[in-house]
Amino acid sequence: MPTFVRTEKCDGCKGQDKTACMYICPHDLMKLDKDGSETGHPMKSFNQEPDQCWECYSCIKICPQQAIEARAYADVVPLGGSVQPLRGTDSIMWTIKFRNGTMKRFKFPIRTTPEGSIDPYGNKPEADINKIADVGFFNHNEQNGYRAGNPEELIRK
Amino acid sequence: MAEFGKPEVVQEEVDILMIGGGMACSGAAYEIGPWIKAAGGNIKVKLVDKAAMDRSGAVAQGLSAINTYIGSEQDPADYARMVSNDLMGITRDDLAYDLGRHVDESVHLFEEWGLPIWKLDENGERHDGAKGMTPLKDGGKPVRSGKWQIMINGESYKWIVAEAAKKALGMENIEERIFIVKLVNDKNDPHRIAGAVGFSVREHKLYIFKAKAILLAAGGCVNIFRPRSVGEGQGRAWYPVWNAGSTYAMAAEAGAELTMMENRFVPTRFKDGYGPVGAWFLLFKSQATNAVGETYMTRNKEMLDDYPPYGQAAVPASCLRNHLMLKEMREGRGPIWMDTVTALAKLRETLSPREVKHLEAEAWEDFLDMCIGQCGIWAGENIEPEKKNSELMPTEPYLLGSHSGCCGIWTSGPEDVGAPTEESESGVPEHLPSGWNWGYRGMTTVKGLFTAGDGVGASGHKFSSGSHAEGRMAAKSMVKYVLDNRDYSPELDTDVDTLIEEIYRPVRTYLEHKDYSTAIDVNPNYITPRMLQFRLQKIMDEYVAGVATYYTTNEHMLALAEQKLEMLKEDALKMRAKDLHELLRAWENYHRILTAEAHMKHIQFRQESRYPGFYYRMDKNFVDEENWHCFVNSIYDKNTKQWTCFKRAHVDIVDKSKLFKAAAH
Repeated sequence: MPTFVRTEKCDGCKGQDKTACMYICPHDLMKLDKDGSETGHPMKSFNQEPDQCWECYSCIKICPQQAIEARAYADVVPLGGSVQPLRGTDSIMWTIKFRNGTMKRFKFPIRTTPEGSIDPYGNKPEADINKIADVGFFNHNEQNGYRAGNPEELIRK
Repeated sequence: MAEFGKPEVVQEEVDILMIGGGMACSGAAYEIGPWIKAAGGNIKVKLVDKAAMDRSGAVAQGLSAINTYIGSEQDPADYARMVSNDLMGITRDDLAYDLGRHVDESVHLFEEWGLPIWKLDENGERHDGAKGMTPLKDGGKPVRSGKWQIMINGESYKWIVAEAAKKALGMENIEERIFIVKLVNDKNDPHRIAGAVGFSVREHKLYIFKAKAILLAAGGCVNIFRPRSVGEGQGRAWYPVWNAGSTYAMAAEAGAELTMMENRFVPTRFKDGYGPVGAWFLLFKSQATNAVGETYMTRNKEMLDDYPPYGQAAVPASCLRNHLMLKEMREGRGPIWMDTVTALAKLRETLSPREVKHLEAEAWEDFLDMCIGQCGIWAGENIEPEKKNSELMPTEPYLLGSHSGCCGIWTSGPEDVGAPTEESESGVPEHLPSGWNWGYRGMTTVKGLFTAGDGVGASGHKFSSGSHAEGRMAAKSMVKYVLDNRDYSPELDTDVDTLIEEIYRPVRTYLEHKDYSTAIDVNPNYITPRMLQFRLQKIMDEYVAGVATYYTTNEHMLALAEQKLEMLKEDALKMRAKDLHELLRAWENYHRILTAEAHMKHIQFRQESRYPGFYYRMDKNFVDEENWHCFVNSIYDKNTKQWTCFKRAHVDIVDKSKLFKAAAH
């Protein structure tokens, strides 16, 4: 399902050096056509290699103008359906339109903490350099997740 | 001013270089800081990623489940047994066991950072992860969709893990959109790593890094076989299309010993969209049937007896489940259906209307969190799972080491679990280590070169959480390695000018020849990366057991593939790059060719069909426990461009017979 950019909605991220979609695409597909020489639409982005699109929706979810959508792979899927998200800070809303007009809407949580709030080492112990060759991480069992296992299971010890 | 054709060359020396930005390197980025601090600081780390960490790697799109969570009620030995049986008995118990005892530490952190994890309440009802119920760390009950899997609301899984990694390491130590294409050995020791080279896909800059230690964790390998969709849909690979085999190819060229490169994964998934089936089988209790409604796992169950003991475990190996399904397809009883209608109807019988609505949302979220394209197919084909069943299909083959596959790099394991310290098979090249651990957990057979995630071979089923934990283990031992090698100063075995010429060759080729013909893509002096990839896919599909031959091959077909791949590898030096984007594709495809060649050579060397359902050597169509219950490993000589394959002995570290006793399940 390659993504495509709606001409009327894309603002090229207001002339910044790179657009949000270029920043995020894991496969380097989104490209800003600065002078319009590639698409006829200057200062708008486009998917430069649609048959390499994994339809991960990263560009669609991040676009501040909601200018990016997906059209299902033309060599596989009948026309007329659409799947479009609206990603917020704590949840994502999906609108699914079937070829026959049936609509479905879903909302799912995406994170339980405010974006940007992670304190990676807050309330964590420091590493003990004397234990660098031992099992366990720097915060060994601080998370109650180390599974020591029954020693009798190790049949060669 | 740098421009296309005249790049700036950036040279940088660090102590530790991390290549990749997926789960493994995110784990490493998190773990490394406290150890460096404890070591007194003064260790310089850099992470480079060809994408943006917020959405890079296999978890970019999100996930609907964490597939490796041991829980307090299970033992890491049970996990090591499951990994072994699913991969037909040839895995490293030491690596799986070590991962099993560490992995939940990462899962609990994910929840602390904000990942919503589904919970069961005291009445056994399921709740999504935003309800504020007791965290796993404090005894909260996860929703198990299988013995090892737990359900999550995982759209932002990678975003969350990347936030922690980026803050932990500091953005000043991270550069995105740099694609490393080649590792460089040490001038004074060919079995030691000294650096890595690559380029920016955004600016006209080439990068030459020197490093004491390198973590290479750049994913598995996708699209070396012709995919089932060859038009616009070819991007809809099951594993992420940007996994180009860079991990295996770069490690091989640096002299690292690879293992089990004959292994592949051929997932059975919802047809065309490759939507996940795990929740449908395990959570919704759906059955898969042939065209006339017969459950093939029941109809063909005697076929499991052909492969003792692996077919006789409570959960037969994944490849054998494919093997039973393929019989139906080959004998004309397709299509294969996932009977979603019956499964959901049965569940509705006992549920309240509120629960039924929740169930429908769960079924859709399973796709929307990790495989949105499948929803696009359902929407386009008017499929509502409660009203209409969906087709299943085995995909084109994939090479990976973190999901249900075990190809990868031979890696040093833990020292405290009873792993062998000697090698009993003859024929292992002398310079390689004997036992399963040689000092630094996560290090390859090249000094200073570490790996994690898809890179670590012979130990699948680590998935997202396990890859993160494995990255953390590698980070810790890299710090130890650097401390132990304080006085070592890396010297590259190749001069910088030669390296620059090599990295930039596709651009030079393009600029030199572009005006020879009037059509930019048709020119006898070069080949486009796109056409080279098609050629690779055609060879692999037709000769090395792709979908074209129903996953079958033999020694004669492999011999042809061998010749064709050699010429393809030669022609790879004539790839062109008309811009930085195409330079990225050129190098990705070079990595794909080397990975594909390793896969072919290993299948050729192993005189049996170890993974029926994934591939069949029709001239050796059996599992030979007497002669081939062993690892197949290989090394590559970058100068002669030849592979050497050899055996390593397999040893059990946990008792496998427990898998097959009536009491165990």
